[in-house]
Amino acid sequence: MTETPTVQFLSVEGEFAPTESAEEYRSYLDRLSETDLQEFYRKMVVVRRFDGEATNLQRQGQMALWVPSHGQEGAQVGSAYAARPHDHLFPSYREHAVGLVRGIDMLAIVELLRGNTHGGWDPADPTNGNFHGYCLVIGSHSLHATGYAMGLQRDGLVGTGDPEVDAAVLCYFGDGATSQGDVSEAFVFSASSQTPNVFFLQNNQWAISVPVSVQSRVPLYLRSRGFGVPSVQIDGNDVLASYAVTAKALDDARGGGGPQFIEALTYRIGAHTTSDDPTKYRENAEQEFWVKRDPIVRFEKYLRSLGEGDAFFDGVKAEADDFAADIRARTLVLEAPPIGTMFDHVYSEPHPVMTEQKLWLERYESSFQEEQA
Amino acid sequence: MTTVNPSNPTTAAAAPEVQELPMAKALNLGLAKALADDPKVLLMGEDIGRLGGVFRVTEGLQAQFGADRVVDTPLAESGIIGTAIGLAMRGYRPVCEIQFDGFIWPGFDQITSQLAKLTNRGGGAFSMPVVIRVPYGGHIGAVEHHQESPEAYFAHTAGLRVVSPSTPNDAYWMMQEAIRSNDPVMFFEPKSRYWPKGPVDFTGSAAPLHASRVVRVGTDVTVLAHGAMVSVLMQAAEIADAEGISLEVIDLRSISPIDYGPIVDSVTKTGRLVVAQEASGFVSVGSEIAATVAERAFYSLQAPVLRVAGFDTPFPPAKLETVFLPDADRVMEAVDRVMAY
Repeated sequence: MTETPTVQFLSVEGEFAPTESAEEYRSYLDRLSETDLQEFYRKMVVVRRFDGEATNLQRQGQMALWVPSHGQEGAQVGSAYAARPHDHLFPSYREHAVGLVRGIDMLAIVELLRGNTHGGWDPADPTNGNFHGYCLVIGSHSLHATGYAMGLQRDGLVGTGDPEVDAAVLCYFGDGATSQGDVSEAFVFSASSQTPNVFFLQNNQWAISVPVSVQSRVPLYLRSRGFGVPSVQIDGNDVLASYAVTAKALDDARGGGGPQFIEALTYRIGAHTTSDDPTKYRENAEQEFWVKRDPIVRFEKYLRSLGEGDAFFDGVKAEADDFAADIRARTLVLEAPPIGTMFDHVYSEPHPVMTEQKLWLERYESSFQEEQA
Repeated sequence: MTTVNPSNPTTAAAAPEVQELPMAKALNLGLAKALADDPKVLLMGEDIGRLGGVFRVTEGLQAQFGADRVVDTPLAESGIIGTAIGLAMRGYRPVCEIQFDGFIWPGFDQITSQLAKLTNRGGGAFSMPVVIRVPYGGHIGAVEHHQESPEAYFAHTAGLRVVSPSTPNDAYWMMQEAIRSNDPVMFFEPKSRYWPKGPVDFTGSAAPLHASRVVRVGTDVTVLAHGAMVSVLMQAAEIADAEGISLEVIDLRSISPIDYGPIVDSVTKTGRLVVAQEASGFVSVGSEIAATVAERAFYSLQAPVLRVAGFDTPFPPAKLETVFLPDADRVMEAVDRVMAY
């Protein structure tokens, strides 16, 4: 098996210098207008600011936990932009930028990690951009994404040749997930049924404290090939590479070409979660290496080389600050859900035990109010 | 609740719409009806297509409904359940076959962490209408992992419904009800009852999926079970009858939720309860029923509730299975004990 060189359009210095392997994807960049490029930058900056604000809110006791996305904005924004409105996206739990691009109210992620909900946004609500729920058991959603794509096939929404009809499923997971049996089974089932799935791996180098070298003796993008799923490795901190390669993979999948696998090389600049201390297992030099490859810094250099000026960048910064302030303001007034709601959606249909226990709890709680009165 | 004696075919045999069928065929017809009634229903599992399943429950269905609706999947239980979840998210109503009870564990995480919890996680935004068929239990002389009764693991998990038919008629109707349910249903099929024939009334209407039922009226001791063990209780009732003890037999039918109405009514009358199951007794369905009946019928009880169960060992090699599995004599041993109070 020959190794494919990494696809990259933008050098670390932000110069447009496609690698040889990027050439086959180059035409996909023709789809991008100047406004699209501005949007790439805007979304990356806004989500980083959101991520920072959420981290602060967690430190201030407003959330039980936060899952930082800092450093992975290029991989997420580029790939999410490659999806069409009628595609479906299955995130893991760090894909905040994907959620932003697809239009969910980002407060929903705060509510989840604050302990108000287990997720709660409805992927079928058109305002949520077919962005499915976060899934905390590593890799398990890769099978849901595969089954969903099997449903698209049965609905006749694959390979018709009509771009307004054909749809695909874009599924995100991380390097640790590639060790999970469910991800292997997702490759097996998607290859078996030739489903319209694109599996997008953000290899951020660390599964909490365990490096990729413990997960795999081969580059992760080679993993899928033994299952019959073609793959490509990209520079995940190059938003253009992420966009172009995902756009092609989704096109192929929608057209009936079967599943595809993309490994995006990136880095989790921050902690795994706010409960983690990466200084216990990572070297500073490694982090510095990746900070120099920051997707936002690199893309800003590129945009400036195209003539974008301070007014634009200052405007985006102000917009990001406003976004963060809005999230903070709405977080601070979030109230705990009513206690009875824990019984309400365990089942879709009436269930005697839920009814009985909800009633019991209401009586129990009200008994204290009577005592106080 | 109507009282029916499933061992007495004469009650319904006069009607031409009633056929004597084995449970495997009744399930097959129930699945076929569901497939015909709703284009969103599809079957998934290992060897269920061309082979018709290792127990032939799906025989002929792939030829009738096509390979897109009766799907021979790759051999991976987590993959079967996980992709069924994705199909359900897309509006389908998958019915998964797990080939044998002891093979369900590779799919356990998808069942308990995903299938059972997704409706709740989504705040009720979507349903998870997935049925998981599990041929379960002993009496078939099979090798390890092929004779287990794992229903308590699933009854313990919120978000799942758990049922088990004991007769061909219930199998036919309960399968269709389970498929119509918008909640996930674990459907435990007593494989030792796949082949004995019984009446299936195609004109009848189904009893509610989660209703328990008195299947033999008696006065002295209530005996209760689900699935294959119900037929053992009917044998015990005959033996008891000869000894002058009248057993009232209840077919649980639904393991989660449990319909306590007929159970408490019966115990209020008899004052004695014996619960029987093939599964090990420790932390089991029988344990749960014993505790609840002690709460709800305390002043009616003349004796402690006794459990007749498999031993708290792994299911033994097949040459020992008749020792492990409770038979009518083991039930009678418990009946004699509760009668001695």
